[in-house]
Amino acid sequence: MRLTLKIWRQENAQAKGAMVTYPIDNISPDMSFLEMMDVLNKELIEKGESPVAFDHDCREGICGMCSMFINGEAHGPDRNVTTCQLHMRKFKDGDTIHIEPFRAKAFPVIRDLVIDRSAFDRIQHAGGFISVNTSGNTQDANAIPISKHAADTAMDAAACIGCGACVATCKNSSAMLFVGAKVSQFALLPQGKVEAADRVQHMVDQMDLEGFGNCTNTGACEVECPKGISLENIARMNRELLKAKLF
Amino acid sequence: MSTLNSNVPEGPLKDKWTNHKNNIDLVNPVNKRKIDVIVVGTGLAGASASATLAELGYNVKTFCFQDSPRRAHSIAAQGGINAAKNYQGDGDSTHRLFYDTVKGGDYRSREANVYRLAEVSANIIDQCVAQGVPFARDYGGLLDNRSFGGVLVSRTFYAKGQTGQQLLLGAYSAMNRQIGRGKIKMYNRHEMMDLVKVNGKARGIIARNLVTGEIERHSAHAVVIASGGYGNVFFLSTNAMGSNVSAAWKIHRKGAYFANPCFTQIHPTCIPVSGDHQSKLTLMSESLRNDGRIWVPKKLEDAQAIREGRLKPTELAEEDRDYYLERRYPAFGNLVPRDVASRAAKERCDEGYGVNATGDAVYLDFAASIQRYGTEQAHVRGLDENDGALVKKLGKEVIKAKYGNLFQMYYKIVDQDPYETPMMIYPAVHYTMGGVWVDYNLMTTIPGCFAIGEANFSDHGANRLGASALMQGLADGYFVLPYTIGDYLSDDIRTGPISTESPEFDQAEAEVKAQIDAFVNNKGTKSVDHFHRKLGKIMWNQCGMSRNAVGLQKAIKDIQELREDFYKDVLVPGSANEFNEELAKAGRVADFLELGELFAKDALERTESCGGHFREESQTPEGEALRDDVNFAFVSAWEYTGKPSEAVLHKEELKYENIELKTRSYK
Repeated sequence: MRLTLKIWRQENAQAKGAMVTYPIDNISPDMSFLEMMDVLNKELIEKGESPVAFDHDCREGICGMCSMFINGEAHGPDRNVTTCQLHMRKFKDGDTIHIEPFRAKAFPVIRDLVIDRSAFDRIQHAGGFISVNTSGNTQDANAIPISKHAADTAMDAAACIGCGACVATCKNSSAMLFVGAKVSQFALLPQGKVEAADRVQHMVDQMDLEGFGNCTNTGACEVECPKGISLENIARMNRELLKAKLF
Repeated sequence: MSTLNSNVPEGPLKDKWTNHKNNIDLVNPVNKRKIDVIVVGTGLAGASASATLAELGYNVKTFCFQDSPRRAHSIAAQGGINAAKNYQGDGDSTHRLFYDTVKGGDYRSREANVYRLAEVSANIIDQCVAQGVPFARDYGGLLDNRSFGGVLVSRTFYAKGQTGQQLLLGAYSAMNRQIGRGKIKMYNRHEMMDLVKVNGKARGIIARNLVTGEIERHSAHAVVIASGGYGNVFFLSTNAMGSNVSAAWKIHRKGAYFANPCFTQIHPTCIPVSGDHQSKLTLMSESLRNDGRIWVPKKLEDAQAIREGRLKPTELAEEDRDYYLERRYPAFGNLVPRDVASRAAKERCDEGYGVNATGDAVYLDFAASIQRYGTEQAHVRGLDENDGALVKKLGKEVIKAKYGNLFQMYYKIVDQDPYETPMMIYPAVHYTMGGVWVDYNLMTTIPGCFAIGEANFSDHGANRLGASALMQGLADGYFVLPYTIGDYLSDDIRTGPISTESPEFDQAEAEVKAQIDAFVNNKGTKSVDHFHRKLGKIMWNQCGMSRNAVGLQKAIKDIQELREDFYKDVLVPGSANEFNEELAKAGRVADFLELGELFAKDALERTESCGGHFREESQTPEGEALRDDVNFAFVSAWEYTGKPSEAVLHKEELKYENIELKTRSYK
């Protein structure tokens, strides 16, 4: 395949960025998108130019490190995949592909396509845990039966990889799908109920502090989420927050 | 050559850990606040250790190269975690888990460590459930189990196909609680560049901020290395792109012995290599072998027709298929340990029975399970069990509930639907049993420097059983290291803060900066990946699933030449004071180029076959691995002397007092 890439280049957080055009040839449809980027970078390096910086690590869709806004969509045109699982067979010979970083006020660009998502970590520091010591002096795991339904729904929420596609997709740069998923995982399990009220308030407060926007229910985040995290989690978070404030 | 002391406590096996805990020195809570501990790496071992150490009261500084601790590669573990809970009532016990692990490791692990691992395993599950890890449950609300290779019980706990993710997020949440309290200071996007020793003790590290390029000094009373394994020495592996040996290798260069580097696990069920552009390999969880049957065509002409696209696997009649694992190993069938399954796949492909275009693939087929589950579901729901289409539909639903994410992953990568046609799989490098040598307290040969999780060598011998890596990572981090480190630190309560203004820190920093400058100013012609791929080819061809003396000698020579070429001709663009991934990669590959040589040397000296280490010169007439307990019942711990192939061997004799040494049989 022969392609034209238009890629966001920005030297560092302070620099002004711009789209730069790179033609590329001999791309196999079986390559992953990031392998295509590897080919480009190898060419750039050997030409003495600076390679395109992008985040990536596991390359199997679970670490949440890769990002990229490809042709206007977080993680590109395919559904339920991260950029590293996107394959070039989803594109056509001769295509022009626009590649940008995830954009949000709370996710400043570090370099090119690399962004700073530490705001997500700080939201988790505020309450994304169950306050239990790791000494091992807990009760037997089977002492609290949990209905299969609750366990499965909690697992669906817990599948979030923290990539930030929801924020990048949302016109308001809202992080509610991310926060809702974590709040839900714990709110659905008996272990998490004890401090549910404090948790949701602390996490939402931190989320607002970080500069994420509000939710206006367009549902775009759910569509672009590589792990199919459901909007129900936002509703559940709002319910938990309301409960916490009322009672 | 000297003999190493593993500091295993006296007394009967089952009382060793309890007695040891009762007898080691403790640090009182007030004094813990005066002690700093550095943890490098935030996978299961590093994250759990950081959380527990902080909770105990130590000041913890934790480093990871990713942008968040939650992204360490433990996140990608799929299948599950073992624990001797015996919830299924199928005869499991601490002793059986211990026995299975030692046997699975082909009798090359340390008895006392493995027993302790089995002993604390049940506690891990309790701990994780209390933290909100959403393990799979049955309809009664109790925890569900599945079985893994090399064992005859169901002791594996799981969270869909994302067990590693859920366990790591659990440990990450425990860390978050301590970060929020200020007890852990987290350094994301930082790489450890070297260890700093003061008066022979580990007293800090030099780190590089990967965003700004700044070189930083960090001091502590002890340093814990939890940086994972070195599978990426093969370039292609199931490890993450950034997984590296550097932290472990740096401490090796400073005096920590490196044990059994040649013990590498080649996992049998990975998606085969598709072309030269390949950057990494993707695992298909071993749990799939619960329901998938592995086969190749019985006739060479059928295999050829399949390779050329003239025949579909689904068209091949049952009697024309060779379910070679079931044929060779009737007792364990498709659930033989990983090393056995991998070698068997290679053997069939080498004989010409491979099924993809490259000839390096076998089938993993779910049709029989879909049929069996579908029939069962039809029966439960009172539907027609003879309706083929209905049974298939119901069966697919069951398989989807169990392995949905894995099937989706396969479909996205290969572009074939594994519900309709069998998966193609082939072995790939997955895990390294070898690693930094540690004693019973998980301390390396450098006082104050500890190694935990995959970074150390201690528990899996020459082959690791499935679902045991997660168990070991969390056991080391939550329940072992936090106790044993106290014994060492109890001598440090009067030391006070360690200064970073000392000749030792000056020197370590100067050396780090010199290496970085050398890379940036080298201005060669080839990218770092060029050399890494070449190293990977040497490793896979000469040090892969099957090894011999001639090949290993050649590997040592080839790696030496490649290393020389690397320093002459590597091209690292950009500067030292910026975000520069190529520069980070150059440092990692430089260390892989040394480790690879030691790896080959270790494989050359161990002329027996055991576990994942198969020497062609040492096999039975049926082609099974032939162990040599008379000459090789020891751990090879290598001391760095400047040139990897001239490393000095130290032996730790392995004594089996509770298990009889015998030939592993899964027939």
